[in-house]
Amino acid sequence: MSMLKVEDLCIKVHDKKTTDTLVYDVDLEMEKGDILGIVGESGSGKTMTALAIAGLLSRHDMEKSGHITFEGINLLEVERKVLRKIQGNEISMVFQEPLNSLNPLKKVGWQVEESLRVHTVMDKAEMKERAIQALRDVELDNPEAVYNSYPHELSGGMRQRAMIAAAMIIQPRLLIADEPTTALDVTIQAEIVELLKRINKERGTAILFISHDLSLVNSLCERVLVMQNGLVVESGNCEEIFRNPRQEYTKKLINAIPKNPFFKEA
Amino acid sequence: MDKSKNQKVKFIIGLTLVGIIFLMMIAGIFCTPYDPLAMDMSAKFAGVSFKHIMGCDNFGRDIFSRVLVGVRETMFVSATVVFIGTFVGIIIGTVTGYFGGWVDEILMRINDAVLAFPSVLLALLVIGVLGGGTHSLIIALGIAFVPSFARIVRGEVLRIRNLDYIQCVRLYGASHLRIIVVHILPNLRTVLLSSVLIGFNNAVLAEAGMNYLGMGTQPPNPSLGLMLSEAQSVIFTNPWNAIFPGLVIVMMILGFSLLSDAMENKS
Repeated sequence: MSMLKVEDLCIKVHDKKTTDTLVYDVDLEMEKGDILGIVGESGSGKTMTALAIAGLLSRHDMEKSGHITFEGINLLEVERKVLRKIQGNEISMVFQEPLNSLNPLKKVGWQVEESLRVHTVMDKAEMKERAIQALRDVELDNPEAVYNSYPHELSGGMRQRAMIAAAMIIQPRLLIADEPTTALDVTIQAEIVELLKRINKERGTAILFISHDLSLVNSLCERVLVMQNGLVVESGNCEEIFRNPRQEYTKKLINAIPKNPFFKEA
Repeated sequence: MDKSKNQKVKFIIGLTLVGIIFLMMIAGIFCTPYDPLAMDMSAKFAGVSFKHIMGCDNFGRDIFSRVLVGVRETMFVSATVVFIGTFVGIIIGTVTGYFGGWVDEILMRINDAVLAFPSVLLALLVIGVLGGGTHSLIIALGIAFVPSFARIVRGEVLRIRNLDYIQCVRLYGASHLRIIVVHILPNLRTVLLSSVLIGFNNAVLAEAGMNYLGMGTQPPNPSLGLMLSEAQSVIFTNPWNAIFPGLVIVMMILGFSLLSDAMENKS
């Protein structure tokens, strides 16, 4: 049985009178240690899919159908108590804007520890040790200093690393990265991608990598899903799709890549 | 450059006025030059002198002493009213803003209904039900002050709860209570600080207004609004009866406005 299986996922929004379907019949499957990429332009439903998998879509005016099975549990139907145990313990997420994803009032270390505080009983010293270890694992130069600093004192790249540390501290089995590199400059992007690769290799964490940048996806992922207007238009091996895209849309996406160091000539 | 200097001046003036008011309040609590209730018919309508620095009223009571006690009263009522307003407002605002849905719908419609009444009318209604006196005045004004705070808090909670860091914490599996108390409430403080100061000003004015209408403090106990209303019949013959309590109200409002202005622009 696969670790994560999404079948016929549909997300509809009832806004006033009309019903908008944001995601149509998405299917995807991930094994332990997989890296799956989802690409598509803005509004193609890739973030919605990710949020649904993370269990973060609980708005009243939203209708979800289909199945999201994680280790045999249907995340769409399970009660919140169980979902809370899975969230943070098994599934973590890194968001797009490192600026908004840290609370400006709390020290970074405190926030990295938060999921430990929620899920485990641990004394302060031990928690601090784990947090500093997590910060060291994401290759931050001075983890002690970062632990004691506030978000505004860190650069964008450092903040994103701290976020990854916070997401990884509980050692989840699935890490969802929702455009984690969009707000960063090119060199930092490459470093973050390398970091994600290393995490995947060393810990066997599966990564669901969402991006609109095909070249990044190509340098990180084995398999890729191309989405357009809420539909999966193409999916399969990353190299293969790059070499001969079947859909016009995918071709356009590939052509839109500027020449940059990550681009592997097909 | 010029603007920051301006802010500094505002801050200093505001702080001085508020400082004077606080000194008066403390004096009102511990010692007044005369008993504010003691009548001295020989000093009826006495003018401003070293003996009575603000003169005396129609019963020969020392206005300065009465003003001191009145300041104490006003500060106490206003502070309690703002506290009630903020406290209940935070509860309603966070619950409606965070959970949304029908809870939000119901509570905010009630809120709108309360807000639609002129606050003085609403307070009159509550006092009509509860009877006069300081305690009912506090409850009445407290109820009238809740909706505006609830709205401010709700708006801010709505904004904060959709930020990524709250989503993050949700994903870590934190409970609703933990998210609200640990992660959202501390982020409200900047918005709350200025609205509390402005709310305090409004409370001072509302308190004076209600006392002027005779709805709060009962005579012979002094309060600034009540003194104004008692002085209006003699305003042309003995203007100091009205001038000094009025002046103190102006000082309070001006002081707190300048202070909140300066702080708002600083942050």
